[in-house]
Amino acid sequence: MGMTMAEKIIAMAAGVKETKAGDIQTVTLDYMMSNDGTTHLTIDMYNNDLKNPHINDPSKLVWIVDHNIPADSPKTAASHKKMRDFARENNIDFYEGEGVCHQVMMEKYVCPGQLIFGADSHTCAYGALGAFGTGVGCTDYLYAMVTGTSWLLVPETIRFNLHGALKEGVYARDLILTIIGKISANGANYKVMEFAGDGLKSLSVSDRISVCNLCVEAGAKTALMEVDDIAMDYLKSHGRSPKALFKSDDDAIFSEVYDIDLSEIEPIVAKPHFVDNVVPAKESLGVKIDEAFLGSCNNGRIEDLRVGAQIIKGKHVADKVRFLVVPASREIYNQAMEEGLLSIFLEAGAIVMNPNCSVCWGSCQGVIGEGETLISTGTRNFKGRAGHKDSFVYLASAATVTASAITGEITTADMLK
Amino acid sequence: MSDKFNGKVWVLGDDIDTDIILPTEYLALKTVDDMKPYAFSPLRPELAAKINPGDIIVAGKNFGCGSSREQAPEVVKALGIRCIIAKSYARIFFRNAINNGVLLIENDKIQDLVKEGDDIEVTVGEKISANGNDVSINSLPDNLVEILNAGGLVKAMRKRNGLD
Repeated sequence: MGMTMAEKIIAMAAGVKETKAGDIQTVTLDYMMSNDGTTHLTIDMYNNDLKNPHINDPSKLVWIVDHNIPADSPKTAASHKKMRDFARENNIDFYEGEGVCHQVMMEKYVCPGQLIFGADSHTCAYGALGAFGTGVGCTDYLYAMVTGTSWLLVPETIRFNLHGALKEGVYARDLILTIIGKISANGANYKVMEFAGDGLKSLSVSDRISVCNLCVEAGAKTALMEVDDIAMDYLKSHGRSPKALFKSDDDAIFSEVYDIDLSEIEPIVAKPHFVDNVVPAKESLGVKIDEAFLGSCNNGRIEDLRVGAQIIKGKHVADKVRFLVVPASREIYNQAMEEGLLSIFLEAGAIVMNPNCSVCWGSCQGVIGEGETLISTGTRNFKGRAGHKDSFVYLASAATVTASAITGEITTADMLK
Repeated sequence: MSDKFNGKVWVLGDDIDTDIILPTEYLALKTVDDMKPYAFSPLRPELAAKINPGDIIVAGKNFGCGSSREQAPEVVKALGIRCIIAKSYARIFFRNAINNGVLLIENDKIQDLVKEGDDIEVTVGEKISANGNDVSINSLPDNLVEILNAGGLVKAMRKRNGLD
């Protein structure tokens, strides 16, 4: 019987020849990433609840301060200090100000064939480079940190065969929002969303990260993409090579198979308060906005900033609208500076911030107040996600977000031409 | 963990996400007790103050979707919620809840048989009795029952390793 890509990665991590959906396997992890959302809780448990604790292999831990960097209160400063001190004492790779955790992981760590835990739900992004990344809480993280292992229920796989290419003015984010709308917010619960097909080659690594990163919004345990020359070029340019290259066998069993014609995808908006509450952007035109956000692990890469800069060049942010531009990492920030993109945003009246999670998680700079509306390239639009509980978040592509920042209401980029 | 218990029902809908269970702005509070008043506040600001230890949440599909923040099941536990009965759970919340010793029951029939304020009886791994109706429920796998009975993953490991 053939195996899926996920089954092959888990079998390798478990040291077994084969495994199938429904098995429970104990796996050895390649990396364990944690950020300032919950690392302080992990440290408290490590120090207070364990007897003579030790870290199985500190070289597999990566700690990244990104959710509230720079610290916005004495409380978060204390939480960061706890993390920083512990990382120093235990030789754990530690970053602050380097970027949003998943983007930093893609740039510096993730390799095809690896199995990675992240104490953050969007860890599924790593599938863009053919790695099995999955989100866990701080207790599972603690167990993994101490033992180097964890248990996993081997998931079923939903296969998405992509065909053709996206039209001009349509982006990977429109694609994944369309898919989530189609299968719903729990349509892939416990499962893997695997993407393959000739359409994959029309997507850049940045596009692939956008697609994989958002799969948790359909409930997925992870997302996976076959590794091709495009992924290998990215890997080589960042000085790394694969752990193993896997793809699903022809006779692997998928729980569902979808064929998606990329040329049929249109600009999409996810309306408040659920990611699967999607409509064609054209049906949301005219909704007044107070703030626009271009950034996040989902859509704050150089390709997204180029899209935004091209649209806003020579134009200006609408009166009484804030436009936050937040490159997802230092590498991206530098590149955007070299390409002159940051000047374009600044001249247009945008607020350009340091790499962090920003308003995407509602506790960094940029949160919105009562009754306000945000259009965002962030990951979620849950009620209260971006600030006040009575506020509204629309999710859209970098192009739609930037066009909306210019007009002050939901607008697609083609309307500005 | 006793096998049978009664509790008062609070009814919630589908897709109760982690930002509803505990909004981001309260995650940095020092203790989980400090977070309690804000549980479920975006949806029902009054709810946390009304919940008593031993109460039961009955909800729809995809309970706990969203972030991996473990403060979500922790605050549910701190409020004294005896168990959650939902049509389905998001997977990260499922693991986090079990790891914190919060009993989760998956059932899609009870929602039609109860209304808020009802008193129901749960026989773990067997049935839920509500308003004269019995609904059968599955038991969790043994390894998860071990974690639940110990009060969470860390406590279960301490017990297994002879530390407690």
